[in-house]
Amino acid sequence: MPSISMTVNGKSVSGEVEGRTLLVQFLREDLGLTGTHVGCDTSQCGACVVHVNGESVKACTMLAASADGAEVATIEGMANADGSLGVIQQAFQDHHGLQCGFCTPGMVMSAADLLQKNKNPSEGEIREWLEGNICRCTGYHNIVKAIQAAAAAGA
Amino acid sequence: MPKDQGIGASSKRREDVRFLTGKGQYTDDINRPGQTYAYFLRSNVAHGKINGIDTSAAASAPGVVGIFTAKDLEAAGGVPCGWQVTDKHGEPMKEPKHPILAEGKVCHVGDPIAAVIAESLNQARDAAELIDLDIEELPPVIDMRAAISGGPTVHDEAPDNICFDWDFIADNKEAVDQAIAGAHHVTTLTLTNNRLVANAVEPRCAIGEYDAARDEHTLYTTSQNPHVIRLLMGAFVLSIPEHKLRVVAPDVGGGFGSKIYHYAEEAFVTWAAKAVGRPIKWTADRSESFMSDAQGRDHQTKVELALDENGKFLALRCETLANMGAYLSTFAPCVPTYLHGTLLSGNYTTPVIHTNVKAVFTNTVPVDAYRGAGRPEATFQLERTIDKAAREMGIDPVELRKRNFIAPDAFPYQTPVAVQYDTGNYGATMDKAVAMADLDSYAARKTASEAKGKRRGLGIASYIEACGIAPSSLVGALGARAGLYEAATVRVNPTGNVAVMTGSHSHGQGHETTFAQVVAEMLGCDEANVDIVHGDTAKIPFGMGTYGSRSIAVGGSAIVRSVEKIIEKGKKIAAHLMEAAEADVTFADGQFSVAGTDKSVDWGTVALTAYVPHNFPHETLEPGLEETSFYDPANFTYPAGAYICEVEVDADTGKVDIASFVAADDFGNVINPMIVEGQVHGGLTQGLGQALLENCVYDENGQLVSASLMDYAMPRADDMPSFGVDHSCQTPCTHNPLGVKGCGEAGAIGSPPALVNAVVDALSDLGVTHIDMPVSPGRVWAAIQAAQN
Repeated sequence: MPSISMTVNGKSVSGEVEGRTLLVQFLREDLGLTGTHVGCDTSQCGACVVHVNGESVKACTMLAASADGAEVATIEGMANADGSLGVIQQAFQDHHGLQCGFCTPGMVMSAADLLQKNKNPSEGEIREWLEGNICRCTGYHNIVKAIQAAAAAGA
Repeated sequence: MPKDQGIGASSKRREDVRFLTGKGQYTDDINRPGQTYAYFLRSNVAHGKINGIDTSAAASAPGVVGIFTAKDLEAAGGVPCGWQVTDKHGEPMKEPKHPILAEGKVCHVGDPIAAVIAESLNQARDAAELIDLDIEELPPVIDMRAAISGGPTVHDEAPDNICFDWDFIADNKEAVDQAIAGAHHVTTLTLTNNRLVANAVEPRCAIGEYDAARDEHTLYTTSQNPHVIRLLMGAFVLSIPEHKLRVVAPDVGGGFGSKIYHYAEEAFVTWAAKAVGRPIKWTADRSESFMSDAQGRDHQTKVELALDENGKFLALRCETLANMGAYLSTFAPCVPTYLHGTLLSGNYTTPVIHTNVKAVFTNTVPVDAYRGAGRPEATFQLERTIDKAAREMGIDPVELRKRNFIAPDAFPYQTPVAVQYDTGNYGATMDKAVAMADLDSYAARKTASEAKGKRRGLGIASYIEACGIAPSSLVGALGARAGLYEAATVRVNPTGNVAVMTGSHSHGQGHETTFAQVVAEMLGCDEANVDIVHGDTAKIPFGMGTYGSRSIAVGGSAIVRSVEKIIEKGKKIAAHLMEAAEADVTFADGQFSVAGTDKSVDWGTVALTAYVPHNFPHETLEPGLEETSFYDPANFTYPAGAYICEVEVDADTGKVDIASFVAADDFGNVINPMIVEGQVHGGLTQGLGQALLENCVYDENGQLVSASLMDYAMPRADDMPSFGVDHSCQTPCTHNPLGVKGCGEAGAIGSPPALVNAVVDALSDLGVTHIDMPVSPGRVWAAIQAAQN
């Protein structure tokens, strides 16, 4: 089995994986980072979004071996150093941008990438960006508000 | 200034911190020592006879721990149904066995045939490919009308494919027929309520574990009601007594009804964990969810509404075919009957109503309750038909509804379909919605749309629902094989903090926050001192779970009753401490006081004394401070409201855009406005998804064409508008202690007719009178062409 190594949330990790192992499986099953979720297997729902080398990626669509040598960030790395919620996370709580919480890690990771690329997105730009993240609970209304608030707070 | 604690405060959700940091614990996040993995080999045909299953090659594949088929499960029962409907001839419904693994025949695509247990999921899946199946295809039963018109049958027990033929209310039939025959105007509409898939973003998952030394089973499962699963699986499928079976439903990633039911996979992993002597995990992939989660809706209905010359409703007659799928899911029979027929009075004074429902078996995935469950189907029939009647009679659709609303002084109001509404004010929510929608400037918006080459339409809908499910005596008389009370234990610990064990289950609704608000309000303490525990049969006394917008109305009421008992016992302890008569002790703001004196003791002293009873009158007072209540509601609750939708339609492409949507709801008293509004947003989006996008499609062979999220159109952020929501019109429930009605399903019930009414309004001058859901571009375009030709 191939050996791979990468940096996840700032820590160096390595492991041996089958060639068919997906990045999301490596994160969840080998590293125990179960905050990244699997919702659909077809790259539609976005519950598995992580950052690979600074870009949001659906971790169910990428082989773990393809992330060899990469810098990976997951929801577990998004809080502040003191453990308090980061700006986007706090905005989601303040604006009730989550209900069951299952899509939430992917939403937060996707929103973080949007706000890196566009510091002040319009409602339409946020909705268009989130097209690849499905939420069945919130109707998106409060997710959009949360991302707008995070942008205003300088996330 | 708004409150920052207790009832009425928009307290931030305490559960969010773990979800936002990746520390939620969903079932698939749990791994047990020595765990193996299950993979189910499922039927790829809709209907077939199993002539042979050869597992010999698979059994020797790498990593395989065991392979099981129906013959291994002969001692187990079938998956039970929890509701028995009696048909119009007094006969019980047809109830064919639903085996854990297919016995001799397969009845729908996705029906599980064999299960492979292996060291890894990949090994289980690889081995399953080596199983040699010999299945003789049989003609499939897919279309409901064809199903009841002779031909092949799904089950021998139901030779006409009819599960039950139900009249409600049979005694009304003659009066309804007479009223329709003699009416000034009759509006007729034939419509389909499209089949849906719940698609909670978390797929179902189950982990079975067996402790041989203690002879104890544990099931971790994605459930809305772990005690119900323990009862159904333990008593009816696997013969395991409750004290040897623990069911844990940890964080659950959405349910919407689909995680109420007891599923074959849960029983299998529980049984097989003992057979192989190791824990077993099964997690559905999304296509498996499409093929095995109970689906929703799927009704075909003819509606006839009789009106007098002033537009007063005289009678309503509905005939429905309701798809049950291949087997009866846990609550399937009650959805098209008692959750549907009882709501056909809507918000209106229609004096006589009759409905006939034929429930039909087909070779499709079982159908059961999905957010709203029967009530969306009833509301859609009524509100589409009323809209059509308004257009036919030239009466404004708001005005026609108002002429027929039950007046606010007419409550309690006995409908002709068995239920009694306790309270409501339907004109108030309609007036509120009209104001929110700014209808005075609608003409200007319509002109602006036309300038862009778009057609603008306005859609109105009212709704009522029966929630807070439900009085046990009533549902028992109607065929429920369970009571529908709720349980709660409130435990005050020695230092005064409080643990609440509730039988309600939160899978997104925020109970850990709202229930703590209720308790904190009653005890005059900080919300942070109240912990809410749910989802584990080993920790909770009992529970019927969360569905039917019942958690705050029934589960919350059980908590209130227990807190009331705590306060009563606290008064006894305080009276003892203050050497006062118990009758003179009052409790407010966390202090026990003697009326008319300056004597008082605080909460913490009373709590500590309960557990350190050195000087206690033991002959009259037990130590400890813990109380349990079972609350059985006296009636349903009846949330109601009015919704208004504006759409823009591109007549060239058929594409519909939601321009605006406002919702005015009466939920009675509200505990946490922020959470209530979030529930409405989510419900609206599910209803609008049904109306605009979603459709579960089987082809003529019974193949599930829409079996992935690439094929089934879910509402996404760019399909939806921001919503205007209001819950200020409040007529509190008269029969529960909090005056609450429930808010979880309203949005999904009221929004589909509002959207379709708007689309038809936009196209009515072209001659379009109805379009079935989803009003996708192809259907809208075809309706325009058909009307013009």
